[in-house]
Amino acid sequence: MTFFARFAQNRGALVGLLILWAIILMAVLAPLLFPESPWRMVQRPFLPPMAQEGFWLGTDTMGRNVAAGLMHGAWVSLLIGLVSTAVALAIGVPLGAIAGYYGGWVDDALMRFTEFFQTIPNFALAIVLVAIMQPSVTSIVLAIAIVSWPPVARLVRAEFMSLRQREYVEAARLVGQSNLQIMLRQILPNTLSPIIVLASLMVATAILLESSLSFLGLGDPNVMSWGYMIGAARTVIRQAWWLSFFPGLAILLTVLALNLVGEGLDDALNPKLARER
Amino acid sequence: MLYARLIVSRLIKAAVVLLMIVVFNFVLIQLAPGDPAAILAGEAGAADEAFIAQLRERFGLDQPMYVQLWHYVSGILTLDFGYSYRQQMPVLDLIMDRLPATLLLTGTAFVLSLGLGILAGSMAAMRVKKASGSLIMALALLFYATPLFWVALMAVVLFSVYLDWLPAYGMFTVGANLEGLAYALDVAKHLVLPATTLGLFFMAIYTRMTRASMLDAAQQDFVKTARAKGLAPRVIQRRHILRNALLPIITLAGLQAGQMVGGAILTETVFAWPGIGRLMYEALMQRDYNLLLGIFFFSAALVILFNILTDLVYRLADPRIKGAAA
Repeated sequence: MTFFARFAQNRGALVGLLILWAIILMAVLAPLLFPESPWRMVQRPFLPPMAQEGFWLGTDTMGRNVAAGLMHGAWVSLLIGLVSTAVALAIGVPLGAIAGYYGGWVDDALMRFTEFFQTIPNFALAIVLVAIMQPSVTSIVLAIAIVSWPPVARLVRAEFMSLRQREYVEAARLVGQSNLQIMLRQILPNTLSPIIVLASLMVATAILLESSLSFLGLGDPNVMSWGYMIGAARTVIRQAWWLSFFPGLAILLTVLALNLVGEGLDDALNPKLARER
Repeated sequence: MLYARLIVSRLIKAAVVLLMIVVFNFVLIQLAPGDPAAILAGEAGAADEAFIAQLRERFGLDQPMYVQLWHYVSGILTLDFGYSYRQQMPVLDLIMDRLPATLLLTGTAFVLSLGLGILAGSMAAMRVKKASGSLIMALALLFYATPLFWVALMAVVLFSVYLDWLPAYGMFTVGANLEGLAYALDVAKHLVLPATTLGLFFMAIYTRMTRASMLDAAQQDFVKTARAKGLAPRVIQRRHILRNALLPIITLAGLQAGQMVGGAILTETVFAWPGIGRLMYEALMQRDYNLLLGIFFFSAALVILFNILTDLVYRLADPRIKGAAA
């Protein structure tokens, strides 16, 4: 079976992929459909959804178009989710690889370090980091990466530990490949599938984290994000439910889609496991 | 006494982690843009010079870095978390004042989510190939993907604004001056929405964990033996599979519960629940970094304490592990 056929066997994964495409399309089309800044006040405030043509999702407390915010927010959510996951991988993969490959005291020291970060409550740490570094896209990406790399390191370490004894690794050592070459060319390619699956789930978690941070007012003040929209509308929830409802639905769908795609990837990349289940 | 030694070794490890967090806090204050004295005062540039100079002297900020670090660490070792200039109260008093509310909220949410999660997860495990089992897992995934603060807001709209069943804000009715049972009932009524919304996300996690753990246990040899003996499937599910699956669930649940402190920040903010999560939000809004770092330290300490408790419960529950790992 081809990769996609295995992926497509999981119905949920297909639905997830479809939703994800729609969200990506939203992000790409945002500057075309709403070329104006989503921060611009364009109508009277508190316009309910479907009340006026061109403002199908209504306007917020300042008269800004909710639909425009939603589309521009898609771009921010996806960007922060992807970049922070990439940074987390850049921290976690080398640390896990070194710990698993060398073992001994190196492993001990690195795992203590990892445990330390796993013990600290994730969200509280992210809040403190962003608050101290001042909210910006960079500080948010860094904070999310810093709280999400430990699972990557643990996964990569476990894979490297089990693979370093394999015959092909011995063979590579025999022909004189250096440790770095063995780690990069022999072992790492064989650990890619679980890393990819984990990464897709991490993007979902990162998007949830970003939205929670901006909900608390720790978003980048220059970019419109879903979390910010909900946070700004929190105090007027009694008068204007739609201001919180639509951005929340967007976060929910994105995170759900990424989880479904992650499960599908898991099935497609680990066919043996999927059959056992 | 193996048990006592285990507890001691755990406490030493916890102390090391907490010390590292204190040092980490110190580094963060140094990294923050602006004058550390201004940060400690909770003022970003707006405070008058004399006051900041006074602070600088008080915190020894004119001294070398290692002396400053020593002052900071020894301060926290003597439970001096500094002063919140915004709230005009010592940080420790502020936190202690709010801690019980958070413990009540997270404790209720934990019991609720673990109980319902195990129930839903074991139901899903028994109905692996059926539609009802898939439905439970789909719901679990849905709750897992839903932002906590959004569920909280939507619950306010539905249950407080439209249906008017439950109070949306605070921990008790202000000005009612209730006592005894009436007060407890009033608090319980206020607790329903925050505890449920905080619990939903964790219930989703526990449901998935329970199902996986039970399917895992079902593969074991003793289950085959039980089946071969001719025991009824229901009995096998309950007595053999669930019982053996429960232990890893409780351990993982205990480790996950630490993250509830994080979730409490969001729920307490939405429901104006007077706990340390809400306090953290207030500290954020007022840029009160001293208070913020104090709460951060406390939430980490809570997580560590909870991890140690889980570990001890686990060892009590499973006599096969006798302090093997320290």
